[in-house]
Amino acid sequence: MARRVAIVGTGQTYHKSHRPDVNGRELIYEAVIRALSDCELAIQDIDAIVIGNMDHFESINYVDTWSVEGSGGIMKPIMKVTTGGTTGTSVAIAAYYHVASGLFDRVLAIGWEKNSESDTTAAIITCSDPIWDRFSYSGAIPSLATEATAYMEQYGATQEDAALVAVRDRTNALNNPYAHLRKPVTVQDVMESPMLAYPIKLLDVCPRTDGACAVVFAADGEAQRIAPKPAWIRSCASRHTYTWFGDSTEYNLGLVSLQRASKEAFAHAGVTKPAEEFDVAELYLPYTYAGLKWIEDLGFCEPGGGPRFIRDGNTDMDGIIPVNPSGGVISTNCIGATAILRVAEAAIQIMGKGGDRQVPGVRNALATGFGGCFWSDVMILSDQKP
Amino acid sequence: MDPIAIVGVAQTRYERRKRDKTFFDLVYEVTREALNDAGLTIHDIDTIVTISNDFLDGRTISGMAVGDAAGGADKNISTVEGDGTFGAFYGAMRVLGGSKTALVVAHSKGSEGDVQYITNGMFDPIYQRLLGIEAISASALQANCYMERYGISEEQFAQVSVKNHGNAMHNPLAQMPMEITVDDVMNSRRISDPIKLLDCSPVTDGAAAIIIANEEAAQKAERRPVWIRGIAHCSDDFFLGDRDLADPRSLRDASRRVYAMAGITEPLDEIDLVELYDAFSYMEPLWLEGMGFCEPGTGGTMIDRGISTMGGRLPVNPSGGVLSANPVLVAGLARIVEAVLQLRGDAGARQVDGARTALAHGINGPCGQSHCVWILGQER
Repeated sequence: MARRVAIVGTGQTYHKSHRPDVNGRELIYEAVIRALSDCELAIQDIDAIVIGNMDHFESINYVDTWSVEGSGGIMKPIMKVTTGGTTGTSVAIAAYYHVASGLFDRVLAIGWEKNSESDTTAAIITCSDPIWDRFSYSGAIPSLATEATAYMEQYGATQEDAALVAVRDRTNALNNPYAHLRKPVTVQDVMESPMLAYPIKLLDVCPRTDGACAVVFAADGEAQRIAPKPAWIRSCASRHTYTWFGDSTEYNLGLVSLQRASKEAFAHAGVTKPAEEFDVAELYLPYTYAGLKWIEDLGFCEPGGGPRFIRDGNTDMDGIIPVNPSGGVISTNCIGATAILRVAEAAIQIMGKGGDRQVPGVRNALATGFGGCFWSDVMILSDQKP
Repeated sequence: MDPIAIVGVAQTRYERRKRDKTFFDLVYEVTREALNDAGLTIHDIDTIVTISNDFLDGRTISGMAVGDAAGGADKNISTVEGDGTFGAFYGAMRVLGGSKTALVVAHSKGSEGDVQYITNGMFDPIYQRLLGIEAISASALQANCYMERYGISEEQFAQVSVKNHGNAMHNPLAQMPMEITVDDVMNSRRISDPIKLLDCSPVTDGAAAIIIANEEAAQKAERRPVWIRGIAHCSDDFFLGDRDLADPRSLRDASRRVYAMAGITEPLDEIDLVELYDAFSYMEPLWLEGMGFCEPGTGGTMIDRGISTMGGRLPVNPSGGVLSANPVLVAGLARIVEAVLQLRGDAGARQVDGARTALAHGINGPCGQSHCVWILGQER
């Protein structure tokens, strides 16, 4: 019988485009120490560790064994889970199962990336099939540009609609002392930024960030002893739907993986009206158009209703479902850590530790991960034990 | 731990180069066969763990190449980067955590990469990589340390190679079945002293899959379930100079915990066979010490006395082991597959008579930094 699991502590590094002051292990250490001190545990209290990043970004093979001096994994069970952009949520879900299985009571989940040591696009290109996909969908932006264009064609959304998502996230980032880009932008700034691949402009997309995030998961019984207000995991689900980018091009269906993963997670948690039942959402939105379209796939609004929903302020800090109080991925993107930052930020909101970015009275929170070949992970957190 | 079992297994034939098979093909092949073995369809599978490595595959997000092939398009799926025993550990945790069934599948094409460059990549990029250190030269340091500490000889290591390649003669899937002598090993080309060509595992292509089920699903399975009595893993320090290479303490820790889970107090008496990760011949006696089958420093004597031969008290690697086929990552999962076949009585000419309890083992990182140990049994 699966045990109940809660998040009891989180830690993240300060984020910048270059962190020449630390090497990879030290970056990991910074997040781990903060997570442990957040829940007043020592590394001796940790039973097992899960870690994830993208191998080719730092060019380290076997990161689990390489990292132990930073992660604290010496003479502990440690394993590596990696699924692209979804790595962080996949690591969090793996940590959840470590505890739910009954084999471990306190588990540390770590996501990290030192993007400054990599050529991100050169590394990402190699994810696609070398024969069929690599020469057309090379890197992260082309497939997203295609998705955005199709969405605009289908529903008449505009570039200005998308720009509002950047305005929201970058404004929220001002409240997050850990965020990488802490400078507000206007719709005009976004519109005037350099075009990368139509309709995506520089200020529509996430940056490349150096950073790490660690989260401590604990079992029912332990969790209440460790944290005054644990963030319980109500459900999690993943759909890594496609292998070939060519199969993922039916954009008019929406983001299928997110629809399916959220459907499963919502059903398991008994969520029927997500925009009303969640008090906050930390969504992996790597570019602005996702902020319009993917909230439709999550059922926050009807298909095509995304631009209106954003324009009406529903996802602002004082809206019915505040999205990305942290500033989101558009403000901070340390790839292997990006998705676990969503989980950590959702837990922070439930634990009431959000400081200036705290949404008042959060009881239920949604975190998502996006990556790979249009893949999605979903995790639902709550202040109530499920 | 709730009762969970392995109800289906599959592995390819292991070969130097499978020109006709992509990663996708390999995973599809063993996924189908494991399902057939279990008498299940993909619709019966709740959750999937694929096992791959971006360096080995030369692809970022290497799991992306095989999700469809594993039947994962509309299922909960994840990817472990590391040896198959670790990925299977995650699969087992998903079943213990509420799933009815989990498919765990690993693929490997050593033929498509350069093993020296790939294993050089697991060392420190600033201080160590430029020295050219990789899996073989690092392992040579460990072998020397082990010999120096306990006076164990190259000939004793050579006997392991003779035994395991000989065992492979009875395994139709093995890549390197060979009837060789200690002299053959001793006279083979010296690669990194004291490691010679015939002390090394080969470069291999192959894939393997297992299906793990909870108690209810296992009892309905077509195959006799093989029960997971214990699983544990542990990592030592990273820098070789910070480790005592002759003392596999992380293996001792994992073994201690797995025996406690399985209720084993006298491993030599209570375990009928071992499938361990012998990437190099010296690893077998060293790992046997770490697993507590003998005292530290007596692994060589154990080899001399023939305890680990097919007719001995504790047959080790009846399949021929990793020395006879080393599809990296798959290799640990193959140890689990072989242990399952032995416990089902399906191991054919390599069957150990009366096998009721088996140990399967895999490693991650340089010189067995991280170990994962499984105890499997006919009974719960």
